[in-house]
Amino acid sequence: MNVGLFIPCYVDQFYPNVGIATLRLLESLDVKVIFPMEQTCCGQPMANSGFQRLSAGCDKNFIQNFADCDVVVGPSGSCVLHLKEHLHSSEQPEEAARLRGNVYELCEFLTDVLKVDALPKARFPHRVGLHTSCHGQRGLGLSSMSELVAPKFSKPEHLLRLVDGLDLVPLTHPDECCGFGGTFCVFEEALSSKMGKDRVNDHLRHGAEVITGGDMSCLMQLEGVLRRQKSSVRVMHIAEILTSGN
Amino acid sequence: MNTASPKHAKNAEAFLRDEENTDWHNETLWFVRSKRDRAAQSLPEWEELREQASQIKAHALSKLDDYLIQLEENARKNGIIVHWAANADEHNQIVLDIMRKHKATKIVKSKSMLTEECHLNPFLIKQGIEVIDTDLGERIIQLRNEPPSHIVMPAIHLKKKHIGDLFHLHLGTDAGADDPQYLTEAARIHLRQKFLLADLAITGVNFAIAETGGFVVCTNEGNADLGAHLAKVHIACMGIEKVIPKAEHLGVFLRLLARSATGQAVTTYSSHFRKPAPGQEMHLVLVDNGRTRQLASPDFRNSLKCIRCGACMNTCPVYRRSGGHSYHTAVAGPIGSILAPNIDMKEYADLPFASTLCGSCTNVCPVKIDIHQQLYKWRQVLGEAGVVEPAKKVGMSGMDVLFSRPWLYRFAGRAGRWLMQTFPTLANKASLNPWAIHRDMPKPPEQSFRDWYAQQNKKTNG
Ligand code: SF4
Repeated sequence: MNVGLFIPCYVDQFYPNVGIATLRLLESLDVKVIFPMEQTCCGQPMANSGFQRLSAGCDKNFIQNFADCDVVVGPSGSCVLHLKEHLHSSEQPEEAARLRGNVYELCEFLTDVLKVDALPKARFPHRVGLHTSCHGQRGLGLSSMSELVAPKFSKPEHLLRLVDGLDLVPLTHPDECCGFGGTFCVFEEALSSKMGKDRVNDHLRHGAEVITGGDMSCLMQLEGVLRRQKSSVRVMHIAEILTSGN
Repeated sequence: MNTASPKHAKNAEAFLRDEENTDWHNETLWFVRSKRDRAAQSLPEWEELREQASQIKAHALSKLDDYLIQLEENARKNGIIVHWAANADEHNQIVLDIMRKHKATKIVKSKSMLTEECHLNPFLIKQGIEVIDTDLGERIIQLRNEPPSHIVMPAIHLKKKHIGDLFHLHLGTDAGADDPQYLTEAARIHLRQKFLLADLAITGVNFAIAETGGFVVCTNEGNADLGAHLAKVHIACMGIEKVIPKAEHLGVFLRLLARSATGQAVTTYSSHFRKPAPGQEMHLVLVDNGRTRQLASPDFRNSLKCIRCGACMNTCPVYRRSGGHSYHTAVAGPIGSILAPNIDMKEYADLPFASTLCGSCTNVCPVKIDIHQQLYKWRQVLGEAGVVEPAKKVGMSGMDVLFSRPWLYRFAGRAGRWLMQTFPTLANKASLNPWAIHRDMPKPPEQSFRDWYAQQNKKTNG
């Protein structure tokens, strides 16, 4: 299986360690990974702002880069969801459809495809709050949703429970939005900040030392609030926690 | 075409200035959402019910013309006078004509979002008619001269204290009194008089049944019944999407409606009206006002399934923290943000963006409207039509240029990180970067992932 690593633009630029952890995690599970060097962005910022048609260039570039890959894996639920729902090409419609069906968010790739049930080396003796990102949860179905009458499950939580010493804190609102929302965080600045603050408080109230999740964009939002508050609580992408101790 | 201004963002910012009040609003609505959760969890067949309701509505909408004609025929047979209104003005005129015919000058009205949508109250008041809203919450906001901020709990943005002050001013209650029982009692006495003196009663319609020609009005206060029974004329106003095929479908919706709205098993009064009582007159006004346009659009047709339970508002993290008035439209919240641009695209172009697209609304919706997906679709329509803010347009074209050209993206990334490292205060300057008003930017790393990866490869290969 030829696995293409998709590192979203903002992770590439601001959080290279998340990319490195993702790569190491996959390699530690014996997955052969390639990273196509000319990839850029999934196109979500334009599409969510009402300019999906402007993402055609992004789509084209994405398809070119990942044409050789059987599957694509990325450490970001929201970018993966965007690709799954909207990757489009009028020149190569079949290739676009193939990639749409074969792009995975990191946690779902680990649980559904690799069926990871043990991470023998992972050790992280801290109190951790899991921020469930909306696009990952409700969009990709990575965990059950508090609104639905359905059995409870969570793929990221399953993985975190494999980590030695990790203490997962309960939250009052397990699946409330953090308020990032792409360009929403700029155009609705006041609201977005308040949502971020409330989200952070839920974690702090329950004594989290670290906030984690599968979407660095949400975590960037929470980090922005934490740093402004000069809090000692850190954010870490789930890939960084799953590789800690390695 | 001119572009719309981001009214929602501005209104939200103003609402958020009183953080304590915002928290209270947020928690009050979350409390209702939690009650809804408990009520839903108490029915193992909840998800099946939602599916059934969604399908019944889809079917009714697919043959809306047939069912409306059937409704009209059967209602006429029952002795109800049926009217058709293409838009809000026609609706208001029909109501006025009926009033003139009966020389009515005083009316009592039970809660109806349709009459809000048509701005019936100001229209009638201008004609010198006394209109009294009889739902307690509606009466409160009417005394304050405000629109409802929520479709089920119209005065949810107000605290007991506000209501005490208001009643002291208008109803002569003791100054500073905020005991709900005392205040409700005062409202009851005040409304009783209005009920007794009214010439005519207006109600909304929750469900109209094609098969029987009857309709159902749901209230928790019984005010619709009191009004309709006491006055000699009853006008019921409904959007044309309220028709359901058969009486047997009603149970599905009644079970979903109250649970979704307030967490109650069933609304306190679900009153069935079928024909006028002897000596009374009953009218049914069927209103389009943009609904057929929506019906014709496959992308947005689903929104006509809405039964106005308000669950999407209670769950919406944006609504909870910005209040109903921030949406500057009759129906606020996620569903209102889909409905409003259909009425006036430019005026409401900001609303589909007043969402993080978290999807919680779609999950709570008892008739399974794909709310957040429709918001996304509206954004595309508005983007195409050129009615979004110029800043967004320019930004997005820039991003297109950047992300379609990997070399430029690499260069810009490096330059951006260099800038942020060299001038860290610049990135966190609120006047240049709205993000930085309440949040800090991440510390830029030395190297992008890509650069690291290239270096690694060089190390291992070279
Ligand atoms: S859209 Fe759905 S959840 Fe919202 S008010 Fe209508 S029926 Fe209720």
